[in-house]
Amino acid sequence: MNIVVCVKQVPDTATERKLRPDDKTLDRDAVDGVVNELDEYAVEEALRLKEAHGGEVTVLTMGPAKATETIRKALAMGADKAVHLSDDALHGSDALSTSYAMAQALKKIGFDLVILGSESTDARTGVLAAMLAERLGAPQLTLARKVEVNGSAIAIERITDYGYDKVEATLPAVVSVVEKINEPRYPSFKGIMAAKKKPVEALGIADASVDASAVGLAAAYSEVAEFAAAPPRAAGTIVKDEGDGGVKAADFLASKKFI
Amino acid sequence: MPATRTLPTREAADLIDLTRALASKELAPRAAEAESEERFPRDVFLTLGRAGLLGLPYPEEYGGGAQPYEVYLQVLEEIATVWSSVAVGVSVHALSCYGLAAYGTEEQRREWLPDMLGGELLGAYCLSEPHAGSDPAAMRTRAVRDGDHYVLNGAKAWTTHGGHADFYTVMARTSDHRTRGISCFLIPADTPGLTAAPPERKMGLTGSTTATMHLEDVRVPVHRRIGEEGQGLAIALSSLDSGRLGIAAVATGLAQGALDHAVRYAQERETFGKPIIEHQGLAFVLADMAAAVESARATTLAAARLRDHGLPFTAEASVAKLVATDNAMKVTTDAVQVLGGYGYTRDFPVERYMREAKVMQIFEGTNQIQRMVISRTLTRPGRGGITVVGE
Ligand SMILES: Cc1cc2nc3c(=O)[nH]c(=O)nc-3n(C[C@H](O)[C@H](O)[C@H](O)COP(=O)(O)OP(=O)(O)OC[C@H]3O[C@@H](n4cnc5c(N)ncnc54)[C@H](O)[C@@H]3O)c2cc1C
Ligand SMILES: Cc1cc2nc3c(=O)[nH]c(=O)nc-3n(C[C@H](O)[C@H](O)[C@H](O)COP(=O)(O)OP(=O)(O)OC[C@H]3O[C@@H](n4cnc5c(N)ncnc54)[C@H](O)[C@@H]3O)c2cc1C
Repeated sequence: MNIVVCVKQVPDTATERKLRPDDKTLDRDAVDGVVNELDEYAVEEALRLKEAHGGEVTVLTMGPAKATETIRKALAMGADKAVHLSDDALHGSDALSTSYAMAQALKKIGFDLVILGSESTDARTGVLAAMLAERLGAPQLTLARKVEVNGSAIAIERITDYGYDKVEATLPAVVSVVEKINEPRYPSFKGIMAAKKKPVEALGIADASVDASAVGLAAAYSEVAEFAAAPPRAAGTIVKDEGDGGVKAADFLASKKFI
Repeated sequence: MPATRTLPTREAADLIDLTRALASKELAPRAAEAESEERFPRDVFLTLGRAGLLGLPYPEEYGGGAQPYEVYLQVLEEIATVWSSVAVGVSVHALSCYGLAAYGTEEQRREWLPDMLGGELLGAYCLSEPHAGSDPAAMRTRAVRDGDHYVLNGAKAWTTHGGHADFYTVMARTSDHRTRGISCFLIPADTPGLTAAPPERKMGLTGSTTATMHLEDVRVPVHRRIGEEGQGLAIALSSLDSGRLGIAAVATGLAQGALDHAVRYAQERETFGKPIIEHQGLAFVLADMAAAVESARATTLAAARLRDHGLPFTAEASVAKLVATDNAMKVTTDAVQVLGGYGYTRDFPVERYMREAKVMQIFEGTNQIQRMVISRTLTRPGRGGITVVGE
């Protein structure tokens, strides 16, 4: 089975993240980049499917040069090769154009199964799996907490508010995963060494047949109009229990419209 | 804040990243409890072993990571920052593999080293005896030749991993010659007659088991002798040169951990209307701690680079062990001071760090012995040489 995992480099959530004042895009140079956490689960699931059914796992990343760090991590975990879609023209792409560029790259790579995280920690639109499926004409199986492949049949358990839905489709398909799906492995030092020798193909937009006028900041449908730093966290309210602690806590929650 | 590091290769940088992830997610959450319950965390070593962290400084052809000491020691340091018992264990494991790797025959290395470095097995190193610590040549444990076996009898004190290890590198007397009458043996844990006494009840490092190993008619095949008969003390001492670098790195990491806790606390704790770090008298204590950690690191890595370049490093390893462990004692003591009364309680980790630092001044040669090693080299000819490396 030919599996492609989409892995995004995001700013470390433990650090202070900033937008650039000039074009209001994320300042990716200012902070350490890490693998989007859910994408580690996506890589793990891809590796498990490969271990069970054979085949090959390819990592696809769209991002600046620095995103090679993220590619190396996925390769060290055990993916076989990587494609790095990188082009200055892609800077500032919104979700629609990102999905277009990535779909073009995916068509070039070829796939039986595309696996994504269900959401990134920086933009958090959570729409990429659906958009990719649409552009690729493949069924979307999103929010999977379990994936089973049997020949050309694929079935997932899709988490819902009340439990899960069982969703079935035929390959090729697009799957997005939630963190309940598995426990991602650590890379090993042997994996780190092996990653050095694995092929990483660099794709510019022309290589992926991406139309330059359809991507980047200028082509974005959505625009960041304004932004402000998050206000510092206000000091908490301490409720002393003098027999009426429960009532006070409930009053507080009600005042915030939680209950 | 983790230490700022420069590394020679990208894979070394990725290795440090991996170590930090393992340290923060797998080690740190369990350290305090295991230490207070005096429980040896064998499974943690499996986790590290499977990640490839138990064979880093050994050649790739035997399953090692082929990393220079400069890199391996920084990995040890990162582990020690969160859990020094585990870092000591990794260092002792490397120490117990050293004899075979450096002095074994090709056949012996091929037979045993891949398993020893593979991550599933854990080693122990038996040199000290109850009456022979600083002076190991006073050892009495005997190995008497009997056909194609040696028969060992005696007791090896203070064995780190005693009772948990899968193999034991044991020094024992094969003749009465004080220094050239000692030989080195690699003994599997399940060999009949090899038993562990109940563990020592220690002041600190309580997650690391220390026990006397008793040898009672332990039969060891001759082909499990490492090196020549009579070469054992030389093997043991050259193992310790490298082992001391390991302990220096562990002490540096431990001190870094204490510094990190102290700095964090000093930003939060307020007296006289401001965070205590804003009182210069306290900030300078922290500054001295930081200077001590940095100088320990620099001294240790300088010695490591000598080793990596194949240059003599015995005296420098002793300097590193002395400086790093004395600094760790000072830094951890000051960390308790920074936390005030809270630092003296078991609710905060710094008192534990202080107890752990103490043993670093004692094992792998007490700091008096390090001074002895250093002072002996001061009058040796050949000092003042200039060597070009890296061309
Ligand atoms: C702070 C911020 C706010 C933004 N707001 C918007 C907005 O309101 N509207 C909009 O259209 N765009 C927005 N963007 C742009 C958005 O980041 C990109 O379009 C992005 O590549 C896709 O969106 P996402 O990360 O939210 O994807 P999600 O759908 O949240 O991500 C799901 C999965 O898609 C995969 N994936 C996503 N991006 C990549 C990539 N570059 N390479 C490989 N795999 C990837 C990963 O597997 C990921 O887990 C914003 C960006 C930032 C930084
Ligand atoms: C937790 C722990 C783990 C250990 N793990 C191991 C292990 O895995 N394997 C192993 O073989 N050993 C191990 N040891 C033993 C350790 O190496 C010895 O304890 C150490 O070498 C000191 O020996 P000693 O305790 O016999 O002290 P002694 O040699 O009795 O020394 C007592 C004091 O006298 C000083 N002294 C001795 N000789 C001189 C001198 N010539 N000049 C000046 N001062 C001197 C010493 O510095 C010390 O202060 C461990 C010890 C501990 C506490």
